[in-house]
Amino acid sequence: MGTTESLAYFHPELALAAAILAVIFVDLALTGRAGRQASEWPGNLALAGVGAALVLTRGLRPLDVRGAWLFNGMIVLDAFSVFFKVLLGLALLAVVWMSLSSREIRAQPNEGEYYALLLSSGLGMFLMASAGTLLMAYLSLEFVSLTSYVLTGFLRHNRRSGEAALKYLIYGGVASGAMIYGMSWVFGLTGAMDYAGIARGVAALDPASRGALFLALVLVLAGFGYKIASVPFHMWAPDVYTGAPIPVTAFLAVGSKAAGFALLLRFFHFGVGHEGPAPAVAQVPIPQLASIICVATMTLGNLAALSQTNMKRLLAYSSIAHAGYALLGFVVFADKGVEALLFYLVAYYLMNLGAFWVVMLIANATGREDLDGYRGLAWRGGAAPALALGVFLFSLAGLPPLAGFVGKFNVFAAGVQAQLYVLVVIGLLNSVISLYYYARVVKTMFLDDPTADDPALRFGANELGPVGVLSLATLVLGVNFNWLLRWVEVAGRVFTG
Amino acid sequence: MHGDPVLTLMIFIPLVGMAVVLALPSRAHDAIRWTSTLFSAPPLLLAVRVLHGFRPDAGFQLVHRGPWIDAFDIEYFVGVDGISITMVVLTALLCFLCMIASFGIEKGVKGYYALFLLLETGMLGVFCALDFFLFFVFWEVMLLPMYFLIGIWGGPRREYAAIKFFLYTLLGSVLMLVTILYLYFASDPHSFDMTQLSRTAHVTINVQLLLWLALFIGFAIKIPAFPFHTWLPDAHVEAPTAISVILAGVLLKMGTYGILRINYGILPAATLAPAWHGRSLAFWLLAALGTFNIVYGALAAMAQTDLKKLVAYSSISHMGYVMLGMAAFTPQGINGAVLQMFNHGTVTAMLFLLVGVIYDRAHHRDIAGFGGLASIMPVYTGVTGLAFFAAMGLPGLSAFISEALVLLGAWQNYPLLTVIGASAVVLTAGYLLWTLQRMFLGKPNEKYLTLPEINARELFTLVPLGAIVIFLGIYPTPILDLQSPALVRLNDHVTQAAARTAGTERVAVAR
Repeated sequence: MGTTESLAYFHPELALAAAILAVIFVDLALTGRAGRQASEWPGNLALAGVGAALVLTRGLRPLDVRGAWLFNGMIVLDAFSVFFKVLLGLALLAVVWMSLSSREIRAQPNEGEYYALLLSSGLGMFLMASAGTLLMAYLSLEFVSLTSYVLTGFLRHNRRSGEAALKYLIYGGVASGAMIYGMSWVFGLTGAMDYAGIARGVAALDPASRGALFLALVLVLAGFGYKIASVPFHMWAPDVYTGAPIPVTAFLAVGSKAAGFALLLRFFHFGVGHEGPAPAVAQVPIPQLASIICVATMTLGNLAALSQTNMKRLLAYSSIAHAGYALLGFVVFADKGVEALLFYLVAYYLMNLGAFWVVMLIANATGREDLDGYRGLAWRGGAAPALALGVFLFSLAGLPPLAGFVGKFNVFAAGVQAQLYVLVVIGLLNSVISLYYYARVVKTMFLDDPTADDPALRFGANELGPVGVLSLATLVLGVNFNWLLRWVEVAGRVFTG
Repeated sequence: MHGDPVLTLMIFIPLVGMAVVLALPSRAHDAIRWTSTLFSAPPLLLAVRVLHGFRPDAGFQLVHRGPWIDAFDIEYFVGVDGISITMVVLTALLCFLCMIASFGIEKGVKGYYALFLLLETGMLGVFCALDFFLFFVFWEVMLLPMYFLIGIWGGPRREYAAIKFFLYTLLGSVLMLVTILYLYFASDPHSFDMTQLSRTAHVTINVQLLLWLALFIGFAIKIPAFPFHTWLPDAHVEAPTAISVILAGVLLKMGTYGILRINYGILPAATLAPAWHGRSLAFWLLAALGTFNIVYGALAAMAQTDLKKLVAYSSISHMGYVMLGMAAFTPQGINGAVLQMFNHGTVTAMLFLLVGVIYDRAHHRDIAGFGGLASIMPVYTGVTGLAFFAAMGLPGLSAFISEALVLLGAWQNYPLLTVIGASAVVLTAGYLLWTLQRMFLGKPNEKYLTLPEINARELFTLVPLGAIVIFLGIYPTPILDLQSPALVRLNDHVTQAAARTAGTERVAVAR
């Protein structure tokens, strides 16, 4: 499909782009005035833009199961990309909303820039989810990375924020360098940039070159692994999550990771046919490699989280562990694997975003992010946020009847069906380990009595509203997940059908 | 959804109660207490109604089922049979009594009762669920309130006890989850239906043994069987009185109930098939560990100076009889085991309530710190005597019947273990009589001369249990009639499956 024609199927991205420009212009118009007050405008505009993008996403109808190729094959529009557009759009919406009530962001003089960057990052993620060629994949991933670096360092006078941004940049530079090097090998081996062409090239590949292909794929995996924060490319995550403003942390944990998974699934399915259309690749041990990464990621994430005392850092390691659980779906891939992974991302969105939201509320109220700041929270006016955080954390630990449990149930069911018993057992034992540190937070909030130094807190209904909605959604999804199973089946059919 | 909604009502009325309690103002302590008690009464009344209309010969009844998650063929499916009915009644009764026994709680009353009602829903759900997924969900739903109830309202080491309980049980349940998933994919058509899985799941005997083991570990942690028992003394001692009652009275039974319903019911062939040294898993894991539990629990109880810890260890000992009876798998043995589950539930509930009574007055539980209580609190002494003699297995009281049946049944299969188990009765009598002597007889401790006598509310929670203990000690037939047909069916089911497996193996050797 040509460029002009494609625009009709590109409305959400166009809406986001328009919102970015509007935010920049409004910000420009507001700056320069003497005694300028912090303005609500950029934030509200950003919120409206994301809302419009979400509404427009509803209007997208993939033309058929195989999808439509927009912009001369650069962008794919299929049920899979629509799924991610909705998920990422919701993540963006929640993060903008969070930012509007975050004290860290509100205090800054350059709020307009922040929203412009946030939306740009979101736009990049939309493109990541629907990239149809290596070129698009690389460009969108870099776009997201660059904007994320700046967002991480947004708190200019905060040294941790600056340090985090620098670390993120350095790790990101290495990972993306490795990735583009790997992509050049893939191009060299197959002579194609688009996934279909790569798949054909791989199928026709001479067996002697399989080693080269494997090496190329490992290098590409480095870039993707960096985005989803899987071992051994996870090192940036704890520092970046701790240093970045909380809404940005939430966005990285939820949005960036989901977009990374979208890229990973699409590349490995259509590009090199991991369990996909190109059987020649069967000898390349990607599933084996993926299962090693999967086990290492969840185990390391959980073990490292055990001793954390900073909430953001704890959630950073927990999010590494969760990337590991989700990767189990990637290892299975065929059958229910993709569906389980997509399902997991939705559950993860609800509970992780919710957890970060509560962390932000507490940071707003007390300025503290360490676990001691949560002591006896339930007994000094914070019963509602403590309860909500309890729901999110137990959901992350995978206890029924919460969303995190059904997410894990799906992933592990896919694993058992694919007879990956060892992986499933390791995953389940990991969730027992994870309970320890999640319960430690709950213990601090409920079981410990507050000391005299801990301030009494008050939370308004407008602060608690979104958290309440998210925790209720976590509970409802844990009890009734028929609808989501159907939805991920439609999205997953792109791969299996 | 079709069928009789009575069980569904019973399970979810406490949940409604929880919502109501949460809506009450936190300071209205009395309103919260009475509302909770009110909401725990309907399950008891419904349980009595269920008991009244129960037909022992009919298998699963009062079934209520309907689709829940279509993609996985998960159903909402509840029902009772002769194995679960007594447990349902016990749960509803103990919950009702414990609501009343908890009136003394002053900290976070609203949270306490809300969690307790949630716990009741979870417990009733576990005993009624016939869909494996549903069973698992209820099983886990129980964990959270328990964690908080021990952790917030417990004794000095409550945090340690709570997390230990939580982690142990979760470890057990993840093993259960793997098994559930395996059985689901092994069954044709895929299903979580606990009543059908033994027929529809196609699993080779070696894998069955492995699954049996995984499930057993999950349930053994709950029982708790040695060596998974170490959470119990901590949790029971630190928990508030009513929660100790629920832990010992109901939660421990879930372990043995799970083994009967799931290990025996769904994997019958693995139960009696030779697993190691020509003996079955049931022998090694239930009979041997059960006997060990009996002796070890009794010896450990004897060494305790804390009354509550003594009662906790006596639970380990008494649950050993349940395991031994189940392992024997003779009609007497298994009947005795299931009866012992009920009897232990009532007797141990009495014991924990009595410990709570004295602790509320003296604020310690050190056995040696009391003396001559009989002259200070004669009524209390009388009730304690009844409970202690019941725990001892004195003829005429309920536990005697069940322990005698267990030993009678076990004798036929495991004479040596039976002798050991029966001898341990002496140890039990030893620690209980010694405790009676130290606490109630002798010279009264000056400090406690003014201790008030047991009050009406406390008596109200104890009298129904005492009446049941005496009644079932004299006339156990009603409860045996309830459970026997179901147990006979289970017995046939397991022995036939074991015979079939043995038969196929012989055929394989002959070829």
